[in-house]
Amino acid sequence: MIADWLTQLTQSALVLGLAPLLVGVTRKIRARLLRRQGASIFQPYRDLLKLIRKEAVIADNASWLFRAAPYVIFATTWIAAALIPTFATGLIWSTAADVIVIVALLGTARFLLALAALDVGTSFGGIGSSREMMFASLAEPAMLMAVFTLSLFAGSTQLSSISAYMHAPQAGLSISLALALAALIIVSIGENARIPVDNPATHLELTMVHEAMILEYSGRHLAVLEAAAAVKLLLYLSLIACIFAPWGTAIAGAGAFGYAIGLGAYLVKLTVLAFALVAFETAIAKMRVFRVPEFLGVALMLGLLGTILLFVSRIPH
Amino acid sequence: MTPLDADIAHLLAGTMVLVSFLLLYQDRMFGLLNLFALQAGVLALSVGWQAYLQHAPHLFITALIALVFKGIVIPVALRRIVVRLGIHRTIETVVSIGPTMLFGISLVALSIIVMLPVTETASAFVREDLAFALSVVLLGFLMMVTRRNAVSQVIGFMSLENGLVLAATGARGMPLVVEISVGFSVLIAFIVIGLFLFRIRERFDTVDLQALDMSRGESES
Repeated sequence: MIADWLTQLTQSALVLGLAPLLVGVTRKIRARLLRRQGASIFQPYRDLLKLIRKEAVIADNASWLFRAAPYVIFATTWIAAALIPTFATGLIWSTAADVIVIVALLGTARFLLALAALDVGTSFGGIGSSREMMFASLAEPAMLMAVFTLSLFAGSTQLSSISAYMHAPQAGLSISLALALAALIIVSIGENARIPVDNPATHLELTMVHEAMILEYSGRHLAVLEAAAAVKLLLYLSLIACIFAPWGTAIAGAGAFGYAIGLGAYLVKLTVLAFALVAFETAIAKMRVFRVPEFLGVALMLGLLGTILLFVSRIPH
Repeated sequence: MTPLDADIAHLLAGTMVLVSFLLLYQDRMFGLLNLFALQAGVLALSVGWQAYLQHAPHLFITALIALVFKGIVIPVALRRIVVRLGIHRTIETVVSIGPTMLFGISLVALSIIVMLPVTETASAFVREDLAFALSVVLLGFLMMVTRRNAVSQVIGFMSLENGLVLAATGARGMPLVVEISVGFSVLIAFIVIGLFLFRIRERFDTVDLQALDMSRGESES
């Protein structure tokens, strides 16, 4: 019991502590791939510290929602990230919260962000919110379809069980799993505002979505929102790693050595995924905004197809 | 047959369905040709795997035919035609991708619903294969219906034929003679269609088949 609490708290702290580092690493890899020197991988921590120390400038007509939203968004994203078994399974909350709860928590954060962007009444916020909602209406069902495929496969919606099932030798190759993986990758690219959908490096571009919504924020509010965005990126990468690459993850009660191996494996997986993400980003050009629904629609279609094909597949149990 | 063998066969057949969807999604000419070559490659792999599983050496010949003709000869020839017709820059006006995709998915569901009860007595392995093959055939039909450009209709036709070959290898009944004659008839059909493309283009200055409707007086405009 105490061990479970300990694992849970460590993981919660770990996802928060690692998230800015992950962002720093992706920026560094990207810079190196473009033959630039790039900032230090610890730069995001310094940026966050700088923002927290600065004064928050708030528009005159901003309501309480504008001020409260960043903290709620950060809290929901953090909780969602803490529900994912990163280096060890056996989380204390995993019995109460499954993948669908994670999707719902992320949906709540998105809803609040869109509301907060509309609150001040500037045109950029409005554009950002409307685009975000347009993408979300496709990305969220796609994510759910992928989750359903996995749940039907593993016979459970709990991440620990799915991860354990995928680790066991009985889970063979299956076209449905491949489709679910592809759908999840597309959704994570879309949700994290990465390149073919949105450009994370720019601040003033007509096609921006995520940056447009947080354009009015400054100071500690901006710091909190940026931290939430970093945690969200970590969340999606950990989700993919925990479901499709469960090797090395420590089982509950594995002992100190097992946990150390789990932690090492987790860091390696994150690095590999970050590298793959950045390599994909540098190889591809940004899409027109009105092509994005098609891109996300493909994810929805893949998820749906995966679920349908499950009915002709041999499900090993 | 170990479960892993069946899984690999399943994966390859499923990949063919997936490539059919990609064909529906792709609206650029050269991308379409590359995807078609990819589908033929996957078909060759799938047939080769079946040949290995069923210990049927003649299926290796089928796989070879699929790889050489559909994977290399036909895409290269089509590419030449596209370049000669000067339509390689055309981005096709498809009916619209979203509804087509949804329709395609319902076709896959339909083929599964139809195929599973009909083949109740067959082994699970054959049933899956037939369901996938029927989906590929139906998606090929869908592609022929929704595309306006003659070249992409040809590709739809060819991918339909890929589905037929997939069905034939799964059912382990088709003799080699039939196989080869089907292969050659497709090749001949391809040549005839190729000639037609040039004729259509000579007459109407376009390979957009709506021009034909107009000349028959079917279109309102």
